[in-house]
This record gives sequence, C-alpha cells and structure tokens, in this order.
Amino acid sequence: MTRIVELRQGILKKNDELARGLRGRYGAAGVLVLNLVSSPGTGKTAFLERTLRDLKARGARVAALVGDLETDNDARRLAASGAPVRQINTHGICHLDAEMIDKHLVGWEGVELAGLDYLFIENVGNLVCPSSYDLGEGIRVALLSVTEGEDKPLKYPTLFNSADAAVITKMDIAEPCGFDRELALKNINEIRPGIRIFETSAKTGVGMEEWLAYLEEERRKKRS
Amino acid sequence: MHELSIVSGVVDSVTESLAAYPGAKVLEVRLLVGALASVVVDSLQFCWGIATEGTPLEGSKLVVKTVPVVMHCANCDADVELEGLQSFRCPRCDEPCCDLRQGRELEIESFEIDDEPGSKKAGEEEIGVKA
Repeated sequence: MTRIVELRQGILKKNDELARGLRGRYGAAGVLVLNLVSSPGTGKTAFLERTLRDLKARGARVAALVGDLETDNDARRLAASGAPVRQINTHGICHLDAEMIDKHLVGWEGVELAGLDYLFIENVGNLVCPSSYDLGEGIRVALLSVTEGEDKPLKYPTLFNSADAAVITKMDIAEPCGFDRELALKNINEIRPGIRIFETSAKTGVGMEEWLAYLEEERRKKRS
Repeated sequence: MHELSIVSGVVDSVTESLAAYPGAKVLEVRLLVGALASVVVDSLQFCWGIATEGTPLEGSKLVVKTVPVVMHCANCDADVELEGLQSFRCPRCDEPCCDLRQGRELEIESFEIDDEPGSKKAGEEEIGVKA
C-alpha cells in the first residue's frame, strides 16, 4: 500500500538549531557578531584588516574568524592588526556553517566570547551558498567592490536581500573603473529597500568613520 | 554548489523517518524550495541519483515545488506576491517592501512510500480490497 508521510521539516534544521544556540551565546556574552559575505576578490580581508585596526585604536575588543577553502594566508594578514584571528579551512566546502563556527570557538587561545565587543566572521568568497547558512550573526554584511559591476545585487538577489548592511569597497579607484555610483545604490535598494550602505576604501580610510559609528551604535542596541 | 550537501541532508532526514516504516520503499520525496533559498532546482535533481545510491531512497523520484516570494506591503496592508527577484517593490502600488513573509523555504514537505513493496504493485491495492 502506498502512503504519504508528512514531514514539514527544514532541510537545514541542524544548522538552524546550532545557529540559534550560537545567537543565544553571543547575546548572553554581549558581543556583536558580523558575517561578511562577498565574491572572491571584493576586498573583504583588506576591509576587515582596516576595521580591526581602527576598532582596536578606539579601545574595542575584537576578534575574527576567517573562512577559506585552503591556506591560512588571510588569518596571517588579519593577525597583523593585533587582534586574535583564527582560520577555518573548509577543504572544498563553499560556505561556512554554524557547526564550523561552534567548533572554532572552542579552544581558541586567549579568546572568550564574554571578553569581546565584536566578533567578525569572514565567510568563504561566494555570493550564493553562504546566504543559506545562518551563523547566528547579529548583522550580515554584503560587500561589493567598484570593479565588480553595478548590477551585482540584481544578479545575486538572494544574498543582498538577506543582508542587514551593504559595503561598497575600493571607492578610491571608483573613478578610473567608471563606477556608476548612483546605479549601484539604486540596484542595492531595489533588492533590499532601505538597507544601510557604506561607501568605503580600506586604503584611504574613506567611509570608515561612518562604518565604525554604525558598528558602535548597533553594539549599543544589542546591549541595551 | 552546495546542492549536494542539501540533498544529502534530505536523504538523512527521510532515512531517519523511515525507521517507523520497516521494509518500506520510498517512491517520491517532495521538497518546498523558496525562490530566495539560493538553491538551483536542476542541481538538486542532478545530485539526487548520486546522493540516494545505496540508501533506502535509491530509485525514488525527487519532486521540487518552488515557493514564490511574498512580501507584506505596509502601504496596501496586504501580502503581495513578487513576480521576480529584480525588484522588491509592491506590484500593486510600487512602494519598496522589506517585510518578507515567504520565499526562503527549504523544507521536506512529505515523502511517499510503499510499505508492502513485495506484495502487489502500487495502485492495485484498492482493486484488491473491493474484490
């Protein structure tokens, strides 16, 4: 006899449950967690390097987890900021998931969630898959560089629509790249109306002041 | 790119639920996939044969139902369905919408089994009962 068994079960249930647990832990520790997502080559690492350095200079306690398929090059680059950094190698997996985060928070020398103000997670460079995996983050940041084309948000709506903030990187070379700023802002707003957008350059520091003020404001909101 | 891990998750969940139906043969597995779920349906189908091989789901069919994006438009005070993913504006009044109500689903809706696979062909059962 044939019969239909109703299941109504989330396929990523395991990840979602772990992410919920992580979100609870971040909240209890009072740490603001950010998940940075972009294509490879957008400049996530350079932007994060600058953010870590600037936040440290303001006296904030920061740390970063960085995901890549292979190598610890990014972790070494970020560690130059003086912040604790841990590399996650996914060995071929195209995104970070909650289990990887959970595992890498254990046994991280000198790092306790409760001793942090901000934890940054630099996802694997990929504009598709990371959007399905909740890492328990407070803020998901979608990054886009001026060299990538203004229609990136239209091409990858699933990621941009799930982001809480958008960062445009490499603004220092916007002009030689023929970057159409108005069009890029319009496209981001079409996909995620009203999203906060930061126009930055890790090289010159343009836009960093506004970005840091946003981080501080969001962290205050989490604590209150 | 992550469709194989998604499909493997489906195989694991259904296999787990099958414990309640010993000896049953899985005929079909039905998924609900939101238009914003970042999953390519063709890739799911492509991975299905590979992921089910050697499992109790081998030979079963994967049926994927796409769930459209529904936003709540504050201006119209109504839930509205988007026609595409290129503009998150209300199709009625053209105001931008941020309040997503549906479209990120990634769910196993149900699966169909034959719990006496050896006895009769599926579909013959009803006739047998009447006779």
